Amino acid sequence: MFDAPGPRFRRRVFWVSAVSAVVLLGLLALGLRQFASNGQLDPVRWRPYLTWPVWRYLLGGLWSTVVAACATGVLAMAGGLLLALRPNRFTRAYAEVMRTVPVLLLVYVMLFVLPSFGVNLPLFWKLVVPLALSHAASCAVIFRAGVGSVDPGQREAGLALGMPDGVVTRFVVLPQAVRHMTPLLVTQAVSLLKDTSLGYVVSYAELLFNGRVLANYNGLLVQTFIVVALVYLVVNLALSRLAHRLEAARARTAR
Amino acid sequence: MSLVLEGFLNTVALTVLSFAVALLVGLLVAVLRIVPVPLLRGAGAVYVEVWRNVPLLAWLVLFVFGLPEVGVTMPLFWTACTAIALYEAAFVAEALRSGVRSVASGQGEAARALGLSFRQSLWHVVLPQALKRVVQPLANIAIALTMATALAGVVGVVDMTRAAQRINLELAQPLLVFTGVGLCYLVMAAGIGFGARALERRLA
Repeated sequence: MFDAPGPRFRRRVFWVSAVSAVVLLGLLALGLRQFASNGQLDPVRWRPYLTWPVWRYLLGGLWSTVVAACATGVLAMAGGLLLALRPNRFTRAYAEVMRTVPVLLLVYVMLFVLPSFGVNLPLFWKLVVPLALSHAASCAVIFRAGVGSVDPGQREAGLALGMPDGVVTRFVVLPQAVRHMTPLLVTQAVSLLKDTSLGYVVSYAELLFNGRVLANYNGLLVQTFIVVALVYLVVNLALSRLAHRLEAARARTAR
Repeated sequence: MSLVLEGFLNTVALTVLSFAVALLVGLLVAVLRIVPVPLLRGAGAVYVEVWRNVPLLAWLVLFVFGLPEVGVTMPLFWTACTAIALYEAAFVAEALRSGVRSVASGQGEAARALGLSFRQSLWHVVLPQALKRVVQPLANIAIALTMATALAGVVGVVDMTRAAQRINLELAQPLLVFTGVGLCYLVMAAGIGFGARALERRLA
């Protein structure tokens, strides 16, 4: 929609760039000064994050995060498949409820309600079960959209060629649906990984909880949580990039 | 009983205020991501990626416990509100951007081909249609935000979920309390969905 930039426009872009660079650098400097004037930039406060024991502890947390996310992912996909295969009033109501009720509330139910009925799961499951219940609904939506995205003509063509129904589903519809769903599932994995930070609430030793323990131990609160946030950022950025790549590859082959 | 009311009002206030701020910041970031200045585009992209890829709970902890350490003190409610608003702003920005882009690629190019100037095609062709298309995604973000405000309870704001947990400690009526709170969230989400549909009909 843009015109090709002419010389006057290019000059204007240059000036806007210059001004905004100054503004952005100014904001950055302001933030850094605020940190420095409160002693948060002191190298002593950052040096622990160059040592292996601290990283071993944080990476241990990250490992627990990944384990919890994988377990939840498997359960949520299984549940999502069940929900997607049987679209009826109950599954629709389930999806609607899960879309609107906070996961934290489900976690609290696990923590405070079920024990009084004699159901006391280990910590790991207190985190994984509520997450799986909520993400199963999202997975069901993705599965249904994936199968729906395949042109009905594909199935009809398969049937017209004389393939049995199961064969058409298995070799014609599903491969195309899976290619469509994969980027969405990877994006869902990012949101799942972020949700495992609720381990902070149930005291499951994942990344954010380990960050809290570490901060209580060494008193470097700001530094610890910035490092934890950076770890989340790196992992999730990698996943987001992957989703982007898959989506681009799908768009290329779709034509 | 006053705890219930306090929790409910706090949740509503958090939702409304942080959604308003998220809309403003999200609009700003979306504009940054569309303008033809590479530096600003980069800044917008960095904002979205950084905020979207770190869990909201980590942001809340960082803001609520970290900001006082760097000499920024605000009331707890406002700190939580800011963190939630800035987090959701990244999602708002993406929704707005993809809404504008989806219209601009077809309708916008057609308007340019018919001889309208860039500004005319943006104002008369792209934005009116984009507005209609972003209502539903924005309503979904608002519902997600309602759920997200529950996390403010973890860092100490007495919201509905937190209030439920406390009342449960006193009453020991877990089923009743948690079902009631769950229903409250359902009603809020239904209200947002209803409002969005009404708005969409007005715009259509």
